[in-house]
Amino acid sequence: MTQLDYMLQQIVNAVSLGSLYALVAVGLSIVFGVLKLTNFAHGDVMMVGAFGVALLVGIGVPFPVAVICGIAAAAVAGFLIERIAYRPIRDAPDVARLLTSLAVTYIIENVGILVFTSSPRNFPLPAFLNTSWELSNGAITFTSINLLTIALTFVSLLLLGWFITRTTTGLGMRAAAEDMSAAQLVGLDVNRLIIVAFIVASAYAGLAGILWAAQAGVVQPQMGFTPLLKAFVAAIIGGFGSIAGALVGGYILGALEIFIVAFLPSSISSYRDAIVFAVLIAFLLVRPGGLLQPNREIKL
Amino acid sequence: MSREARIKLCVLFALVAGAVVAFGAPHVLSDYFVRIILLIALNAILVLSLSLSNGFTGVFSLGHVGFIGAGAYISGILSIPVQQKLALLPHLPAFLHAFSLPFLPATLVAGVLTALLAVVVGYPLMRLSGYFVSVATMGFLIIVNVVLINASDFTRGARTFTGVPLETTLPWVFGWLAITLFVLARLVYSPFGRAMKSVRDDTIAASAVGIGVLRTRLIAFVIGAFFAGVGGSLYAHYLGSFSPNTFYFSLTMSLITMLVLGGMGSLSGALVGVVCVSLLSEVLRSVERGFTIGEFSVPALFGASQIVLGFIFILIMIFRPKGIMGEREFTFGLTQRSAVVNQTEERKR
Amino acid sequence: MDTPSTPLLQVEDLQVNFGAVRALKSISLDVHAGEVVALVGANGAGKSTTLRTISGLSRPRGGRISFNGKSIAGMAPAKIVRLGIAQCPEGRRLFGGLTVADNLRLGACTRTDKDAVAADSERMFGLFPILKQRLKQLAGTLSGGEQQQLALARALMAAPRLLLLDEPSLGVAPLLVRHIFSALAELKLQGMTMLLVEQNIKLALDLADRAYVLRTGQVALSGLSAELRDSERVAQAYLGAAT
Repeated sequence: MTQLDYMLQQIVNAVSLGSLYALVAVGLSIVFGVLKLTNFAHGDVMMVGAFGVALLVGIGVPFPVAVICGIAAAAVAGFLIERIAYRPIRDAPDVARLLTSLAVTYIIENVGILVFTSSPRNFPLPAFLNTSWELSNGAITFTSINLLTIALTFVSLLLLGWFITRTTTGLGMRAAAEDMSAAQLVGLDVNRLIIVAFIVASAYAGLAGILWAAQAGVVQPQMGFTPLLKAFVAAIIGGFGSIAGALVGGYILGALEIFIVAFLPSSISSYRDAIVFAVLIAFLLVRPGGLLQPNREIKL
Repeated sequence: MSREARIKLCVLFALVAGAVVAFGAPHVLSDYFVRIILLIALNAILVLSLSLSNGFTGVFSLGHVGFIGAGAYISGILSIPVQQKLALLPHLPAFLHAFSLPFLPATLVAGVLTALLAVVVGYPLMRLSGYFVSVATMGFLIIVNVVLINASDFTRGARTFTGVPLETTLPWVFGWLAITLFVLARLVYSPFGRAMKSVRDDTIAASAVGIGVLRTRLIAFVIGAFFAGVGGSLYAHYLGSFSPNTFYFSLTMSLITMLVLGGMGSLSGALVGVVCVSLLSEVLRSVERGFTIGEFSVPALFGASQIVLGFIFILIMIFRPKGIMGEREFTFGLTQRSAVVNQTEERKR
Repeated sequence: MDTPSTPLLQVEDLQVNFGAVRALKSISLDVHAGEVVALVGANGAGKSTTLRTISGLSRPRGGRISFNGKSIAGMAPAKIVRLGIAQCPEGRRLFGGLTVADNLRLGACTRTDKDAVAADSERMFGLFPILKQRLKQLAGTLSGGEQQQLALARALMAAPRLLLLDEPSLGVAPLLVRHIFSALAELKLQGMTMLLVEQNIKLALDLADRAYVLRTGQVALSGLSAELRDSERVAQAYLGAAT
């Protein structure tokens, strides 16, 4: 295996991982934009999507149909979470809302454990997705799921790009993220925008959860927590509340993680997650507006 | 009787009562109830140490459990008997193999080292406010967890850390609780305490009247971390064996629930919260294990207690965000001064 | 002044608190269709709060606000816009990360009549030609004067029956202030009803038919612009002394 092949292999891995982070981070940023709320339960919405698919395939539903249902289930879960837990505390101080969202996560994960136990179960992947591809005489390998992740991320983000630049609702979400009272003054229905934001963000989380489970091969009630935290770091790196920032941050974080593991000695690379969160703290201290909004204070 | 004398008498009474419970309870009560009392007192130390930054200074740290974990591991490493240490932690540096400390010095060292860690962590982080400091300290919690899992020469990694002598008895916990309460009460109701509260209530106004915001926050953070380290040590010597995930989000959540339920700006509130949540958890845990009432048998519901705690937390946030006590204290009328006293004190200032 | 018709906007004994602070003690005013009415007064007199409350951003503690005979006090801001009250807020409050075109589009977000919206856009480009050249530019990159024009146009895109204007001259170069006020005068000729808050009393009274002078949350004086313009009392007793 040549140096170049190794490098290419790592790039494939980085893009694949970065795509997942970007998908999750985009949803976090959408919700943060309109509500100034860090939605930790976003990770559990991922879990809902993945479990939905696993359960439906288990009772014989074809995989593609199950995926669509899983995404829908995630969207519904996001809608309910907003309605039940977040709406009553919408005007509370920011830290109170942060804690509430942690509590929601805590509840959902424990309900998941109660119903499904905490032991991982298999994620059923159809045969046509279980293949792997080789390039350069096997020096570079990637699975169909890697490809599918990258392709679906690309398509769904194009769709999102269209939504937030071409539709009134999408523009309204960006407007509300910038200036809530100005958005109200032009006649945007903020309640409706928040609901739409949760549904869209949760659908993306559902998709991300399904892809995450497909790569890992298993589903588990707490599966969403780690990717959620990582995506949160990604969103902060890019600029929290900015959708473009979430994308950029997702891919940067994916690359950073893969390259820490690929090029640093294992005595250091095993501390990968500690490095990632040190990066988070550094950004909060030095550049809280993220890479894309260097001069913008995050308004809370 | 003068006010001073009444306070002294009351404190003396509380100390005697505490001592009677601490030394007497094991002879009267079953092990189960002794364990509950001990856990309540232990949680009280942890929550009180948390209240200093989160409640009184307005720096809502999510990283406090990181300090508790650090204290537990430090104290554990120091106090495992030498023979066992060689077997359990063969890769420790040689000087750590050479000795093992008794409970009290190990606890003190754990407290001091944890406080030093808090100086290093807090110096940059205490510049942040509100939401940002919460997120940054959460990052610290995660980093501690990663380090505990990976520094396996010291911690056995993700495997259970075991062999810590079980020395945490009621008198120890009550003693430390009394010290914690004493120090915190002196601190919170002193000029420095007023500085902390003014930093919490209005950072800009505080710095305008010459209060060093960073310094005030840092002192509160470091003192809180000292008692977190002490509490961690007590916890370690209570459990005997634990793992990095003992000191992670779950513990964070329950400590925060206790603090928020009781009321964040009140020492007695913290105690009320601890007692309520601890008792409730105990009841829920027995429900969780499954039980039988007459004909009905309820199966085991693992995680049910956490779910209920989570709901309670959200309900507090919605309906009583200031907690049971808010900023009030149980004073039993001790702090009521006559108007004359107040006026003379005003004149002195 | 005594118009026989019922007023388009009628505010009676409006009271607003911010926490423990009483921002509006008691404000009563009315605006008839086709009229331009100015609210003047010193800083903190309650001018902006009055507009914010009419638009639904602040909740009244007491009093009545009716628009076209219908009570709108405490209604959601979006509903109030739908009923026909648009506000051009103080400091412009544009969506700086969105293009000029998108800002205008959001201005019309309550409307479904596509053709009329397109016609209104053309009208805006007639009123403010510079906006047509800047359509694809981000609103945040415009100059102060251009931003004010865009803010006005955005509010007008809602096709309001009543336009609330909060300090349209603030932070705008003098030359452009003239331009903006001549645009407002043109709107007045076209029959637009306006309630204007303005620090610059001369500009305000030149444009408005009537004016109310506010002082510490109350109406201190009201009358025709022409009368108030010549009244020494306004300048000295209320505006000069209050600052």
